[in-house]
Amino acid sequence: MKPLPKLVLVDDSLYAAQAKIYPREIEGRFARLRTIAVFALLGVFYLFPWLRWDGRQAVLFDLPARKFYIFGLTFWPQDFFWLAWLLIIAGVSLFFVTALAGRLWCGYACPQTVWTEVFLWIERACEGRRNQRIKLDAAPWNTEKLLRKGAKQLLWIGFAAWTGFTFVGFFTPITDLARETVHFTLSGWETFWIVFYGFATYGNAGFLREQVCKYMCPYARFQSAMFDKDTLIVSYDVARGELRGARKRNADPKALGLGDCVDCDACVQVCPTGIDIRDGLQIECIACASCIDACDAVMDKMGYARGLVGYTTENLRAGKPLRLLRLRTLLYGGLLAFLLGTFVWGVAHRAPLIVEVLRDRNALYRRSADGAIENSYTVKLVNKTQAAQRVRLTVVDDPRVTIADRSDVALPPGEVTSVPLTLRAVSPDFSGMVRIKLAARDDASGVAATQTAQFFVPEKP
Amino acid sequence: MSAFWNWYIVLFVAANVVGIVWLLLATARRKRGDIEQATTGHVWDEDLQELNNPLPLWWLGLFLISVVFSGCYLAFYPGLGANAGVLGWTSDKEVAADLADNNRKLEAVFARFRDQPIEHLEHDQQALTLGHNVFVNNCAACHGSDARGAKGYPNLTDNDWLYGGAPDTVVATIAKGRNGVMPPWGPVLGDQGVEEVANYVLMLSGQKADATLAAAGKARFATTCVACHGPEGKGNPALGAPNLTDNIWLYGNTLEEIKATIKNGRNGRMPAWENVLGADRVRLAAVWVLAQAPHVETSSAPVAAAAPAAPAGEAKQP
Repeated sequence: MKPLPKLVLVDDSLYAAQAKIYPREIEGRFARLRTIAVFALLGVFYLFPWLRWDGRQAVLFDLPARKFYIFGLTFWPQDFFWLAWLLIIAGVSLFFVTALAGRLWCGYACPQTVWTEVFLWIERACEGRRNQRIKLDAAPWNTEKLLRKGAKQLLWIGFAAWTGFTFVGFFTPITDLARETVHFTLSGWETFWIVFYGFATYGNAGFLREQVCKYMCPYARFQSAMFDKDTLIVSYDVARGELRGARKRNADPKALGLGDCVDCDACVQVCPTGIDIRDGLQIECIACASCIDACDAVMDKMGYARGLVGYTTENLRAGKPLRLLRLRTLLYGGLLAFLLGTFVWGVAHRAPLIVEVLRDRNALYRRSADGAIENSYTVKLVNKTQAAQRVRLTVVDDPRVTIADRSDVALPPGEVTSVPLTLRAVSPDFSGMVRIKLAARDDASGVAATQTAQFFVPEKP
Repeated sequence: MSAFWNWYIVLFVAANVVGIVWLLLATARRKRGDIEQATTGHVWDEDLQELNNPLPLWWLGLFLISVVFSGCYLAFYPGLGANAGVLGWTSDKEVAADLADNNRKLEAVFARFRDQPIEHLEHDQQALTLGHNVFVNNCAACHGSDARGAKGYPNLTDNDWLYGGAPDTVVATIAKGRNGVMPPWGPVLGDQGVEEVANYVLMLSGQKADATLAAAGKARFATTCVACHGPEGKGNPALGAPNLTDNIWLYGNTLEEIKATIKNGRNGRMPAWENVLGADRVRLAAVWVLAQAPHVETSSAPVAAAAPAAPAGEAKQP
C-alpha cells in the first residue's frame, strides 16, 4: 500500500487545497529533448499563421466560407470526412505510441506540458530557482516581491494574450487581425476568443498545471488501458536502490548495508506532478523523465552507474526480454498504417470538381409546340481547384436526350456555380423515367466529373 | 403567463439553486464519526484499489462560481418566471436586430443598382447573380429553374411576351402581378361552335385543321374572339391576350387542349411580388429574366422570329 499523497487537509473538509509544486530546474538528456519539442511545436503554432501560400494565408480555417486551407490543400465541407479521419488517426497514433512507449505524448508533446514549460521558464527568470521561489512565496510582501511577481504576471499575460491572438489567427486572417488589434477594431467574437483562449492558457499553464493532468485530462486516464508489462515506463530500480540512505561520497554502500539510492530527494523535487517515482508506477506520472535526468546527475556525482531511475519496462526490470512485437502493438500499428494509407490516398484523390444535378420539383416535364419533351434542372458545379475552369456539359452515351440551352459554363476558382439546365428529347420513342448521365469537363485542364439524373417523358406525349 | 405559473417557476428555480448550494455544502465535510479511509474499499483485478482522495478545493470553487453565474444570469436575462431581466432581452428583439443588421448590409449592395437602367444591369455580373438567386427562390417554382415555364406558366426565354417585354413592363408585371382571364365560351358557342373556333385557331397557327370547320369558326371568331385577340388573332398585350398566329402555347396546342381552353376558359394569375420581395429584388429578378431571352435558342424560336406578331418595340430580337 502506497502512502496517501501529500495533501493539505482543510480541517475535516472533503476538499483539499492543493499544495503548490515547485519543480526544480533540471538539465539532462531528456530535458534537452523536451526543450527541442517545445521549440518545434510552439514554433509551428506561432509561425504557421504568418506563412503565405499562393497569395493567401498558408494555414487558415475559414469557418464562414467553410473552407480549410492547409498549404497547397483546400478542404471543402465535402472533405470533412477526411478531417474526421485525421482525428481518428491522431487517436490511434496515441494508442500505438502509448502501447509501445508509454506516455511520450504527456511528457513531450501535450500542449499542457509544452505551455507549462514556457510558463515555468518565465517564472524561473523572474523569481529564481526552486529554493528562491519557495522563499519568495513565504516572504512578506515587499518591493522586491512585488516587482518579481509583477514582472512574472506581466510576461505571463503578454505571452497568453499572444497565444490567444495566434489561435484566432488560424481562423481569421492574421494580418487583418493584427491590423484590427492595432486600431482597436476587433469584432466582438474575435475579442472574446482571444481573451478566452489567452485566459485558458494563463490559467492552465500558470496555475492549474499538473492538476489538469490529474483531474481533467481524459487521456491520462485511458492511457493506462494501453499499458502492459512491455510498455516503456519511467521506473525506479528497487532491487538496486534499496535500502536507500545518505552516505559519504567515498563510503562503500555494501559495507553500510545500503543500496545505490542516496535518498537525496532530487527525483521528488524535479517532479512536475509532485510524486515520488520510488513509490512505483503512478497514474500521476506523465513520463517527463525529469527524475531520470536528476538521478543520473546524482549517480554521476557519486560515481555509480546511471539508470537507477530510468526508462524501462516492467518485464525488463524483472529480467525478462523486451518484446516489441506483440498483439497490441501489431494491431494498433496495422490499424494506424491502414488509416494513414487511406488518408494519403483519399486526400490525393479528392474530386477537384463536383457536379450536382437537381431536378425541378414542380413540373415533371414540359411539352413544347413541336412535340419535344423538356425537363428542367439546376446544375451546381463546385470548382474545388484554385484555377478558373471552363467546363462543357454533355449527356453521356444517350443520343435520345440533348442539352437544349447551354454548353459551356465558366467556373471561377474555388466557388460554387449554379446554372439552370434544360434537357430535351425530340420526338421521344420512350416513356416513363430514364436515367441519364451528365458530364462536365474542362478539356484544357482535364478536370471532369459526372452525375446521374432522371429524365421524365409522359406516357402519351 | 398566469400568476400561478409565474410563481411556480420562480419558486422552482429558487428551490433548485438553494438546494444545490445546500447539497454542495452538506457533502463538503466529513460527518462526525466517519473514519478517514485511504481507499474506497473497491478492489479490482485482485489488487487494484481506488484511493479515496479529496477533490481539489478549486473544484468546490467552480461549483460556487456557477451558482453565482446563475444568479447573474437570472438578473440579466428572463428566467425567473415572468421577470424580463434588467437587459430586457427577448428572442424577438434579437431577430429584429439581426434582420436590421442584414438589411443594412443588403442596402449597401442594392443601392448601387437603383439609379442604373435595367439595360445596363443586364451586363452587371453581380446584378445577374443576385437576380438569379431571387428568381430561383421565388419564381422558379412556377416558371421552372430554367425560366422556360410549364403548362399554364409562360416561357420567359422565348421573346414572346403576353404583356410586353419592355423592361418597365416586365418590372410592372413582377411587381403588381397579372391576371389573364379567358372567359368560358362553351355556353355561348355550344359544342359545335367550340369545335369550329378551335379548328380556326389551329389553322391560324399553321397547324393541320379541318378546313370546313375552320371556315365556320372564322365567322364565329370575328364576332366573339376578336375583341381581345384582334381581327387577325394577333392578340393584345394590353389585355394579356395571346397571339394565336405563332406556335407558342400557354395551355397546349392540340385540338383537345384548345377546345378545353375555349369551352372552359382560363384564369392565369401572376401574383404581385412587390410586397413580398420589395422593389430592389423585383428589379433584379427582371434583370435576370430579360437577360435570358436574347441568348437562348428554343425549339419555337424560329417560329417566334418569323411571326411578325409582337408589337414593335416589345420583343427583343436576338
